[in-house]
Amino acid sequence: MTDEPSGVAHQLRHQLPLLVWLVLVWNFLWGTWSWANLLGGIVVALVVTVLLPLPPVVGGTQIRPLGLLRFLGYFLVDLVTSGAEVAWQTIRPSGIGRSAIIRVQLRTDSDLLLTILAESLTLVPGSMVIDMDRERRTLAVHVLHVADEGDVERQRESVLAQEERVVRAFGSAGEIAALGLSADERAEAPGRRTP
Amino acid sequence: MTVVYWLAYGLLAAGALLSLVRLARGPSLLDRVVATDTLLVIIAAGLAVHAALERDPTVVPVLVVVSLLAFVGSVSVARYIGGMMLRSPKNEPADQPAGEVPR
Amino acid sequence: MNDISSVGDVVAVVLLLIGSFLCLTAGLGVLRFPDVLTRMHAGTKPQVLGFLLIMLGGAIRLQGWSTTWMLLLVAAFQMLTAPVSAHMISRVAYRRRHVRRDLLLVDDLRSGEARDSVYRGDEPADAPPEEPGRALVESRREDEVHRDDGAQREDGADRERPS
Repeated sequence: MTDEPSGVAHQLRHQLPLLVWLVLVWNFLWGTWSWANLLGGIVVALVVTVLLPLPPVVGGTQIRPLGLLRFLGYFLVDLVTSGAEVAWQTIRPSGIGRSAIIRVQLRTDSDLLLTILAESLTLVPGSMVIDMDRERRTLAVHVLHVADEGDVERQRESVLAQEERVVRAFGSAGEIAALGLSADERAEAPGRRTP
Repeated sequence: MTVVYWLAYGLLAAGALLSLVRLARGPSLLDRVVATDTLLVIIAAGLAVHAALERDPTVVPVLVVVSLLAFVGSVSVARYIGGMMLRSPKNEPADQPAGEVPR
Repeated sequence: MNDISSVGDVVAVVLLLIGSFLCLTAGLGVLRFPDVLTRMHAGTKPQVLGFLLIMLGGAIRLQGWSTTWMLLLVAAFQMLTAPVSAHMISRVAYRRRHVRRDLLLVDDLRSGEARDSVYRGDEPADAPPEEPGRALVESRREDEVHRDDGAQREDGADRERPS
């Protein structure tokens, strides 16, 4: 929000990813690529962004190819393995045992990164973000089927690992440094648990 | 081919039927929202299976509409229920200590 | 016209069948699981994995770029929107006590500032006050009681409260 009074050009630069996405969607919807579709898409995207403005995403990201590949690979593996696991838990006669709602202390402080993290956590079967405390940077995650306390701790660790992967894929240098700086927070995180 | 056809449609129909049962039985509004969501996804999956097995791309635009419709439906119901909550911030039952509610 | 002629077709058909099976497990989970949150898990799972598999199978079977792009778009929409709706519904569900607390091993949300103030302990998942209309009426009545004699009620409520 600090760079708000910088004029239309700046605002347009913030909106550019959204514009590109809208033009892409328009072209995909038409199915064929042509100049008419491209121009029509640009017009529609401009109308949409002007009439229905969204707040700009503060602090753009940079994408690191290696981190992104790692994130996507882990994400796909997670998706398939835990998808199979949840499917098995659904059809097996004993059903699911107990679930848990765990609260995890995060280390990043960026809206965009937190959004990506929450989306990817919810997309992976078996875990679902219920609530997020933006000020305290905590995330409440509902986990389908935990066996015991050790399992809960493992889930906590996996959330933190996922956060690390997201930050390493999309975060800036400062945010990656923040991961390492507050490693002591991670040590005391289990202490925040309530019996 | 016919075996694949019947198998895929059988699985999808069973899933749709089960979520319909939940839709009918679901004790609360949110259960029904979840069931409707699942049902719409299964319907979209059925359309996609039809398109793929018949090599018939005419229903693909319908897929876009159905998949967005599921989202809009469940979000608007969730907002509706959440709005009811905002209108009555003290929605606790009678055995609730007063003055602990602000959130 | 619609026979299986190549390796791609076999892969596509297998993907379609797995996706359909995941849809079946979704229906089963929605029916079997005990409360809204776990049902939500079952409901969002096919939306992601099964749907992606079916889209992939469809993209293999339907040759032609325009339909492939559109299927890609559907998959992208699903992956963007499924977590949002799941999150909104589950948050409302948690705050409105649709959660079987007795089945939770750990519940970190209950403590701290987001504490659930309407927890009663042995409440079944689908207790009457959850019905929206009645909860609203009850809360309005509560408001009036609060307005009338706040302090007196507070004492009484404390005594009634299960420890």
